[in-house]
Amino acid sequence: MKLDKYIEMIRIRFLMMLAYRTNYYTGILIYSINIGAYYFLWTAIYAGKEEIQGLSVSQMTAYVAISWMARAFYFNNLDREMAMEIMEGKVAVELIRPYNYLGMKTMEGLGEGIFRLFLFSLPGLVIVYLIFPIHFTWDLSVWGLFALSILLSFFINTELNLLTGITTFFLYNNAGLIRAKRVIIDLFSGLLLPISFFPGWVQSIMKFLPFQGISYVPSMIFTKGFSHQEAWAAIGQQFIWVVILILPIQLLWYIAKKQLIIQGG
Amino acid sequence: MFYLTMFFQYISQYAKTRLQYRADLFVEFLSDLMSQAINLVFILVVFGHTKLLGGWSRDEIIFIYGFFLVPYAVFSAFFNIWNFNERYIVKGELDRILTRPIHSLFQIILEQIELESLLGAVTGITVMVYAGSRLGLEVTWYDPFLFFIFVIGGALVYGGIFVMLACISFWADARTSIMPMMYNISNYGRYPVNIYNKLIRFVLTWILPFAFVGVYPASFFLGKTEWYWYAFLTPLIGVVFFSLSIVLWNHGIKKYRGAGN
Repeated sequence: MKLDKYIEMIRIRFLMMLAYRTNYYTGILIYSINIGAYYFLWTAIYAGKEEIQGLSVSQMTAYVAISWMARAFYFNNLDREMAMEIMEGKVAVELIRPYNYLGMKTMEGLGEGIFRLFLFSLPGLVIVYLIFPIHFTWDLSVWGLFALSILLSFFINTELNLLTGITTFFLYNNAGLIRAKRVIIDLFSGLLLPISFFPGWVQSIMKFLPFQGISYVPSMIFTKGFSHQEAWAAIGQQFIWVVILILPIQLLWYIAKKQLIIQGG
Repeated sequence: MFYLTMFFQYISQYAKTRLQYRADLFVEFLSDLMSQAINLVFILVVFGHTKLLGGWSRDEIIFIYGFFLVPYAVFSAFFNIWNFNERYIVKGELDRILTRPIHSLFQIILEQIELESLLGAVTGITVMVYAGSRLGLEVTWYDPFLFFIFVIGGALVYGGIFVMLACISFWADARTSIMPMMYNISNYGRYPVNIYNKLIRFVLTWILPFAFVGVYPASFFLGKTEWYWYAFLTPLIGVVFFSLSIVLWNHGIKKYRGAGN
């Protein structure tokens, strides 16, 4: 497998996003309002309490800020894009091109993610840091672990997106499924609230699902809700999920190609 | 009258296309239910750690959420214009719309109608009844009428804001990510505005008046007299914002030049 064409894809997507960058200035504003609203919501929830489930209110606000900013990096619409390409029959052309379609999609997502990381998350984080009384850590090892963790978040989330995208082959129109998946990820990834806030039995189920590797793990690492050992263990789990998820993708992809019907092709 | 017949024509066409993909329709119902349930889960989990939220009890917050679901369902059924930019501007389908003798916005709304979203209203009313009975709320004869007016008002607030956002595409034809993000902001109308600071409260009341979709009108039914004034403003704000959006739309349509071939 030659890598340079995939890296080229990251670059092209990055440039494509750059061409439409004006959207992102308003986007930063809106994300900040979003984080702000959650900030107030959580302050009201804490209402003088020192800590809930081991997180202080300042850790909680940092958690909210960082989980939204990390989302800008790992989030992509590959499932929707794939569904469109499959429904419009464009996937037929994609399949005869000399590259791995799924690999290419992943690289496009990565290009998008890198773009948002630098032009959206970083300036956004600075703005949020200036507006709200949020304490970020300056411990470089924490930042390093966080960086590793969100990269794995990206792969888990992208794999779930590819998996959802492939189901278009079997369902023909899967807008509903795509929406359901997004909602589930928002809640069970720990974006809306930390997994540790859930009742014990939910937490024990979550341990066996890939979702908390998307948002909960990097955010907890960043807010020092995890110790170093816990952080490494969680990153290990993320990595295992990245590997495990390859299996159903390859399997469904194989079946899909066998029974491919191009609608209106 | 002509518009009314067109409305029913579109709806019958719509029903046919939707029933083509029944499995997906079913999943969509489920996914709607799930997203509503997930917001409830959020409230329940949060109240597992606190008794009051800015002076509001768990059941009151659940009631507000139930109310919010109803105008939101009406909005999602009739103002499904998320992909306006991609479908109508970038792909140029607006050219086709403009050759026809019906108001362009009306046609787009009809083409994009998503009646199954109305199911959310059923969920919302169920949630309201559940929370309302736990709170021991009494229903008077005029409550259903006010409820109806508030729901329409709230849906118009939503509709107005999102039509205005769609109008951005007339001036800047790049893909915009504002709409999905605005959806996030709209969620804050579900929580009591008194937990936010003055600026956000001001924004949620007068600039992006999402508070009129949830907490303000719902507080009337909860008997929170200090918010009555805002509750009764709901229909007015709805009409004002929606009218503004139509003015903006008509203005934008004149600017529209098409996106090449």
